[in-house]
Amino acid sequence: MKKITSYYRLKDNRLTDLYRTLEISYPKFFKMDRLCKAGFLASEMVFRSLGEDPQTPKHDTALVFMNSSSSLDNDMDYQTTILPGNYYPSPALFVYTLANIVTGEVAIRNKIFGETSFYISSGFSAKELIITAEGAFDGKGIRRVLCGWTEYFKDACDVLVMMVEKDAAEGLDFTEKNINQIY
Amino acid sequence: MIRLLGDCIVSPLGFSSRENFNAVKSGQSSIREEDGAVSRIDRSLLSRCFNSTGAISGDYTPLEQAMICAAFHAVKQSGIDASSPRTIFIISTTKGNVELLGETVHPYGPQRIYLWHTARLVSDFFNNPNKPFVVSNACISGSCAQITAKRLMERRLYDYAVVVGGDMLSEFIVSGFQSFQSLSPVRCRPFDAGRKGLNLGEAGAAMVYGRHEENDHMPGLYLTAGAIRNDANHISGPSRTGEGLYLALEEVLEQTGRDSLAFINAHGTATLYNDQMEAVSLSRSGLLAIPVNSLKAYLGHTLGAAGVVESILSLMALNEGIVLPSLGYEIHGVTENINVITQCIPTTGNRFLKMLSGFGGCNAVLLFEKKV
Repeated sequence: MKKITSYYRLKDNRLTDLYRTLEISYPKFFKMDRLCKAGFLASEMVFRSLGEDPQTPKHDTALVFMNSSSSLDNDMDYQTTILPGNYYPSPALFVYTLANIVTGEVAIRNKIFGETSFYISSGFSAKELIITAEGAFDGKGIRRVLCGWTEYFKDACDVLVMMVEKDAAEGLDFTEKNINQIY
Repeated sequence: MIRLLGDCIVSPLGFSSRENFNAVKSGQSSIREEDGAVSRIDRSLLSRCFNSTGAISGDYTPLEQAMICAAFHAVKQSGIDASSPRTIFIISTTKGNVELLGETVHPYGPQRIYLWHTARLVSDFFNNPNKPFVVSNACISGSCAQITAKRLMERRLYDYAVVVGGDMLSEFIVSGFQSFQSLSPVRCRPFDAGRKGLNLGEAGAAMVYGRHEENDHMPGLYLTAGAIRNDANHISGPSRTGEGLYLALEEVLEQTGRDSLAFINAHGTATLYNDQMEAVSLSRSGLLAIPVNSLKAYLGHTLGAAGVVESILSLMALNEGIVLPSLGYEIHGVTENINVITQCIPTTGNRFLKMLSGFGGCNAVLLFEKKV
């Protein structure tokens, strides 16, 4: 049975405040859209609780996130830069108009060279999180998957990021029941 | 390993895989330089094609029409029961109906902007009882959706999977790529020294896959292996060392070996950095001798559909024993000596690699094979 060895639940949308409590210097954080900030912070907490150095290359780790609104929160910001009469498309915003950019940000920060995937679902589903994370274990040498629900839309932050490991002795069993409990 | 049972491409080059394949084979391109060097599907032809499914096109956005149309014909060809609980729909799209964000009034309702809603409309069309999976992994989505199909069926969760990819061009998407200065004003030239960027294209495409029993030696076309790897380098630019793509190639080749490779269908977007990165990855993997093509100059970069469209066209080439020429390549324009093919050539190989890379630093490699 695979185990959840660490997890972080984030519902507070004061993301910059949380960033400051981490006492890290990662200027890229301030360029990110809100979805990326939320996913980044929750992942940071998970790796920190596991006592891991972000600089160590990780070839044994995959990353699978899921949400409902894709990158719509940022898409609406980008849309305001292409209005007729006020047309100044912003590349800095456009780059975040893809749901999976958050997986890229976390992979860069933590040097994750495994699979990164993003799925969309109508609502939180422990069952779908398990199915998609299990799939990522098919990758060669993948021993653990950082997975979870990363939803951010219109100031509502709803994030659960978990580290799921194949051969861990300690941790919560990776079951629907346990996931629903920590969500 | 999963077996291909049916497929369909809806694009400006035609409304079936065969029409598209014949057009590509004869060197046609749907990229209109006078229209900003993009490839667009004629909306009235699309709704006419859609109406042939028996539904009313006015109820569906152009993207939904293209996806449903493609799925309808692929399902028909496969003969599977798309309404069975043993069949799953897997939808691949990057931006879905994003153009609705720019329309204050539209008849489709507020939920229409969500990708899962688009997916539901597609699976509901076929009265499928399962909640569809939606993959949104930037430009590699179409390959990820096929890998998802393989994983679900290898775990025996389903017997059939209908993979549907699609994206349409809106002001939202075109303006963004423009702001990135990655669009070519002329038809794109993958791997050429004079390449100036990519062309965007519209398409809907579908593949129906069936579960494969071990020890079953049924002739046909198969998705044998797939891998996804991240560069961990940059969110909007490929790694200079091609790290993620190289790792994905190595992972697939380690499983399948390097024999009998007929060709490599590259991503080949014709941006300076993408093509160079792919060449570096191929060199690192020792694949310089294998024929390489890019199909982007025929249909443009079709985003969430690209992995599906290009897999289908390449499978048809494999099935015919040919390698499709890479349109737009004249003067070698990458540092590595990759073997770009410019004429249609015969091949005796029975397998090919499909590569894709995308924003977020993600890379996917698929290996397909023909069994006789």
